Amino acid sequence: MQVSAEAGQALYGALRKNEVNFVVTFPCNWTSCLLDLVADDQSITHIPVTREEEGIGVAAGAFLGGKKPAIIMQSSGIGNSLNALASLNLTYKIPLLVLISHRGDEREKIIAQRGMGQALKKLLEGVGIRYFDLTNVAETDKVIAEAIGSSYTEGKPVATILSPFLLLEE
Amino acid sequence: MKRAEAIKHIAEDLEDELVVCNLGFPSQELYSVKDKPTHFYMLGSIGLASSIGLGLALSTERKVVVLDGDGSLFYNLGSLITIATQKPENLYWIVLDNQSHGSTGFQQTYNPEVTSIEQLSLAAGFNRLITANNREQIKEAIKRFKQEGPLFVVVKIEKGNAKVSPIPFSPEKIKLRFMEEVKEG
Repeated sequence: MQVSAEAGQALYGALRKNEVNFVVTFPCNWTSCLLDLVADDQSITHIPVTREEEGIGVAAGAFLGGKKPAIIMQSSGIGNSLNALASLNLTYKIPLLVLISHRGDEREKIIAQRGMGQALKKLLEGVGIRYFDLTNVAETDKVIAEAIGSSYTEGKPVATILSPFLLLEE
Repeated sequence: MKRAEAIKHIAEDLEDELVVCNLGFPSQELYSVKDKPTHFYMLGSIGLASSIGLGLALSTERKVVVLDGDGSLFYNLGSLITIATQKPENLYWIVLDNQSHGSTGFQQTYNPEVTSIEQLSLAAGFNRLITANNREQIKEAIKRFKQEGPLFVVVKIEKGNAKVSPIPFSPEKIKLRFMEEVKEG
């Protein structure tokens, strides 16, 4: 299966349309097209981090400084981020768009991804983070706009779960 | 010199820099010494003071000071690499080093005969490092904040917490007051 360049373009376009100007990333093969587009855009501050939890802190600092941040990670990264999302974002009411490639579910070949992939939605629900499912490219603009809108209205981090049916081609 | 005394000296010498302060006693001690809208007091999220400082430094022209501890530095060691890579010229990272987790009962964090925080910072790529262990050296270190960063400052302190109270503000108030200050620039 190939990574969908169309999905990468659509996600990047949606970030631009919603004025996201600070993007923290931890890589995933499935989001590699999006990551390349973000890295090449000089108008976006792009910060690759060593660990997702660190990235939650960097994004929070960017918000405090007046930027509009997003973070891109895999479902496994949520396991490294929950304390920061709860103790920092939820505590201080700091918004953040969290884009999560849904590893460990459909179309997954790596068995070690399954644990976090299967627990992902329950973990987000457990800590009180709303999520949107993005499953097809035509809905990208609408879903990202809605996720960012609700994040800033509620002052909370909001996740968008990027389905393998979006990120990978047949 | 215990932590509260070091924080008092630092707070006296700082001007209008934005300060991101580590959780637990450090934030409470800073609040008790001097409260300013330029202070972002952390209430949790161990390890993330430097990460918040980085995001902030890359989003504002103002100078950003991180007041960190050795335990928190080790909790998020990757931050050394990320910050050294990004090289924010307006970031000044102070590590108050008492070789222990002071807010939880002074459990040992590392053995200075085995590990060197200074060498860690240099190996990560920081090329501006200061060690400040008394009043005079802290004053000298903070004078260097007039110059370009990033700068890494290690302050060796004795174990001990001051008798301080929790910060009386809601988290949201800490945030809103701080953001207002950043915006006014």
